[in-house]
Amino acid sequence: MRKFWIVFSHTYLSRVKAKGFIITSAIFLLLICGLFYLPDIIERFSGNDEDPVVAVIDETENEQLYEALHASADGYQPELFEGTEEAAKQAVEEEDYEGLLVLRQSEQNLPEAAFYSMQLTNEVSDDIESQLQQVKVAQAASQAGIDEATIQEIYTPVSFEREALDEEAKTEEELAGSQGLVYILVFGLYMSVIIYGMMIATDISNEKSSRVMEILISSSSPVSQMFAKILAIGLVGLTQVALIAAAVYTMVQVRGSELDGGFIEFAGIANASPITLWFALIFFILGYFLYATICAGLGSVVSRMEDVQQLVSPVIFLVVAAFILSMYGLGSPDSPVIVVTSYIPFFTPMIMFLRIGVLGVPAWEAALGIAILVATILVIAWISAKVYRGGVLMYGKGGSFSQLKQALKLSGDIKNKEK
Amino acid sequence: MKLVLQLKEVTKRFGSFTAVDQLTLSIPEGEMFGFLGSNGAGKTTTFRMILNLLESTDGEITWRGKKITYADSDEIGYLPEERGLYPKLSVKEQLVYLAKLRGMAKADSVKALKTWLERFNITEYENKKVEELSKGNQQKIQFISAVLHNPRLLILDEPFSGLDPVNVEMLKQAVIDLKNAGTSIIFSSHRMEHVEELCRFLCIMKQGKPVVEGDLVEIKRSFRKKNITIAADYDLRFLKETAGVIKYQETQQGCRLQIASAEDAPTVWKQLTDKGFVSKFEVEEPTLNDIFIEKAGESYA
Repeated sequence: MRKFWIVFSHTYLSRVKAKGFIITSAIFLLLICGLFYLPDIIERFSGNDEDPVVAVIDETENEQLYEALHASADGYQPELFEGTEEAAKQAVEEEDYEGLLVLRQSEQNLPEAAFYSMQLTNEVSDDIESQLQQVKVAQAASQAGIDEATIQEIYTPVSFEREALDEEAKTEEELAGSQGLVYILVFGLYMSVIIYGMMIATDISNEKSSRVMEILISSSSPVSQMFAKILAIGLVGLTQVALIAAAVYTMVQVRGSELDGGFIEFAGIANASPITLWFALIFFILGYFLYATICAGLGSVVSRMEDVQQLVSPVIFLVVAAFILSMYGLGSPDSPVIVVTSYIPFFTPMIMFLRIGVLGVPAWEAALGIAILVATILVIAWISAKVYRGGVLMYGKGGSFSQLKQALKLSGDIKNKEK
Repeated sequence: MKLVLQLKEVTKRFGSFTAVDQLTLSIPEGEMFGFLGSNGAGKTTTFRMILNLLESTDGEITWRGKKITYADSDEIGYLPEERGLYPKLSVKEQLVYLAKLRGMAKADSVKALKTWLERFNITEYENKKVEELSKGNQQKIQFISAVLHNPRLLILDEPFSGLDPVNVEMLKQAVIDLKNAGTSIIFSSHRMEHVEELCRFLCIMKQGKPVVEGDLVEIKRSFRKKNITIAADYDLRFLKETAGVIKYQETQQGCRLQIASAEDAPTVWKQLTDKGFVSKFEVEEPTLNDIFIEKAGESYA
């Protein structure tokens, strides 16, 4: 047991002290701070600029359309142009103006307009169009003898409330918030399973390719080493997650009051439910153990980096499949496909979590999913330990699955007292 | 003579292949034991069984009278034939970690490693990464990793390969000092002159079975074939036809013969004196090389 902790602390410390870990953590922390200040940054960039000036030639009586636009202009400044249309277009081309708006009265006495700008993709033109639309509606309505109040009434959205009767279900606000949060957590789960799973496999095969493995396993039992590594790298992962969580928490504390709109609201971070976060942690740990034990077994049978990639790729494929499924499940979390796959252990960490996070499921369903997952982890850990014991002694070429069989056979040969 | 490591009828089978077959060995305390054999004779498998990496199919391995387990690993040092160190770790980090895994406290290992680095004149590499070291120096570090924790049993598999003669002497002296300090050493090498120089006891393996075993002096004595070194200034090729001569090998001064037994020496001598003057005629005990080729040779053919 003492040697277990020696391997554990060595693996953990050498990973945490590694440049790669420090750099990725720093990047994550910067990104998080950046996200929290993103609204400010965007504002700073756009806020300094004056609204673009649009030249207006109003051919209507008393320039009444210009007056109407000028009164409610938002995001641009209309300015009457004294001169011909040709001269105005010239001015636009010389970039004196953002664009040229020519206003007319149609035969039905309704507004009509043409907009000239350097490019068709001009944000201002959309603003003007919708503004003009309102003016037109108002004019057409008053021509038809409908008063202002009636129009207001027509345009008020219908009152439509959604309410779920299922007690586990979330309120509408919760749903929107949790979807964002779940999306982020599922993505985090996906990334960490791939990153740390690969880390395990490469760590082990590196020790094999540098041949230090033979010395290590002559000092302490290979199986205890395997679990020490899995735990240590899991703790590396948790360390990184804790760093990120601490950063998010700090930022929420620091900027709590100013967090409205944008990414942060979408993510629902500021008012995430603690239950969702606890489940995220549980599934992070279980998901990690599931894939880490597989990767440890696979890493032990190969001794070259290229072979690691090859052998681990089906596992990565499983993770990617789980991720794609959960992206679909985010939109329809109660579809049968999602419900069924949430019990398949390879998908459970992401998909069961998604169901819990987005909709909320009865406790027994979550417990069943977790129980199946834990049982699978135990079985895989047992198989991986067997593979590992034989695998670390094998130095063959290639990364084919027949090597797994060979490793299992060798492992059997290692302990075959009775034969 | 106290026997510390004993193998009793140890057999290891991989499926239908028998790697080690009914091997019985006794390693005396504070002695060097030569463990020889051609490639694939079962040496590494035997080491792995002693190290608990493999469990024997049959038989028993005991260390100080008790069945050997992982609990004994702190008393064992291992220098594998395939060298292995962490390329990215510094010499110090590496050795301290490996010594810790052998149950040595950090402070002790730091002190011991300084002594060893000094002894091998490589103190300046203490904080260098292993991958930056020359092959010879990596070899020295590998050796230190095997002995740093003062093992009672030391397994050396080709410890001197890839070293220049100066460093071979340096390591050889270290091995001898360890032996004199009471360490029992199992020494495996294909360099017969090293084995002959260092080991009192030895065993030659062939296809998982020992073909020669015991005290080196006894082994040589009981080996019937002898060598004759002859120096003469005329053509000696006619000796090939002489009865009792098994092998004829020309040398700068004359030739070297292998004869079936000591009784054949007078016949050769007689033939020579008929021909003329001989400046040298010496009947020698066979070298270990001769014995090895004879006993383990067939698998090389």
